[in-house]
Amino acid sequence: MAVISVINLSVVKTDRLLFEHLNFAVEQGGLLYVKGQNGAGKTSLLRVLAGLVNADSGKVYFSQQNIKDCRDDYHQHLVYFGHKLGINLTLSAVENLQYWCKQHQVVISVDRIFNTLAQLNLVGLEDIPVANLSAGQQRRVALARFWFKQNAKLWILDEPFTALDNQGIELISKQITQFLIGGGAVVITSHQALRLDYPTDELTLEYRI
Amino acid sequence: MLFFILVISLFPLAVGPEPKTLQLIGPGVIWVAAILSSLLGLERLFRDDFQDGSLEQLMLSNTSLPAAALVKVLAHWLTSILPLIILSPLLALFLHLNEPMYWALLKTLLLGTPLLSLIGAIAVGLTVGLNRGGVLLALLLLPVFIPLLIFATSAVESASMQLQYSAQLAIIGAMFLLSLALAPFAIAYALRVSQT
Repeated sequence: MAVISVINLSVVKTDRLLFEHLNFAVEQGGLLYVKGQNGAGKTSLLRVLAGLVNADSGKVYFSQQNIKDCRDDYHQHLVYFGHKLGINLTLSAVENLQYWCKQHQVVISVDRIFNTLAQLNLVGLEDIPVANLSAGQQRRVALARFWFKQNAKLWILDEPFTALDNQGIELISKQITQFLIGGGAVVITSHQALRLDYPTDELTLEYRI
Repeated sequence: MLFFILVISLFPLAVGPEPKTLQLIGPGVIWVAAILSSLLGLERLFRDDFQDGSLEQLMLSNTSLPAAALVKVLAHWLTSILPLIILSPLLALFLHLNEPMYWALLKTLLLGTPLLSLIGAIAVGLTVGLNRGGVLLALLLLPVFIPLLIFATSAVESASMQLQYSAQLAIIGAMFLLSLALAPFAIAYALRVSQT
């Protein structure tokens, strides 16, 4: 069954048509890699998929239901990772993640958070304000969410590998593959080639003037 | 808050210490200063959360957005307006307000200032995506606050003449309750619109 499907989607941004009549579906365990130049509309597409922005025409379905009609259900099963990290710089890594988990009704122990941060090479940095961490480390804090939401069915990832080192990219790739094997669906954009050992569907958005 | 105290303490110096004049302009000065200083803090209400993406994550969670907005508004009121109300006896002294006038002022402030936060937050939600929304925010909000200003100062004026002012209070109270019921939804909607 398709986790997310899109019918006749068109998006216009600042008077420029980004794409029109877009149709695709991502099945359970499916990985959709959205490609395109800068400005082709990748981020806009992902924001529409996540339900942050309304499309100009067309519909987005989550498990055959229009996402506008099942917003709560949809968001319960969604992890969205955007350009903006969603991390408050004055809070520490642990506080940020606890806050996020509470917000998303994820019950999790502080030990799990510490373990995950350790896995992400952030030992000793858990309690200092995130503003004092490097760009890559801040992203790692935000990416720790991938380890928490167990009931997620769909991940929408916008450039998750930016600012990460090789070891970080490998770690995140591994986590994504694991999620896919577990039956999750992933929609991802990336300017680096994906280093995932997993069958990938590709969607290329053309830059239109 | 400092802004509020500065404005009010400058008035007696500028206008002169004549009690009659000060009593005449006092309530108006305090209310105008309260409105302007609430505007100063208001701009930051959602900006940080918008810029670092926390707002996106909040919208994509099951947490009810109107409830979260209401908590934000409450936090704004507690941090930037409640201190003013606590300080108001001192400022009333600066402006030679007598006792009935002060009580009337306090009641209008308690009922009226939450309205500033609630209505203000709607406009903040609408302008959060703009880079320099501050001026626009003031232009949007000041006309909306004028009725509140009129009723609040007229209540204090009535009190100074030993008249009943429950009618004005009732109207401010009605505006407050109406906005308390509707504003959270309007704020949530404004925030969603700003994501585009």
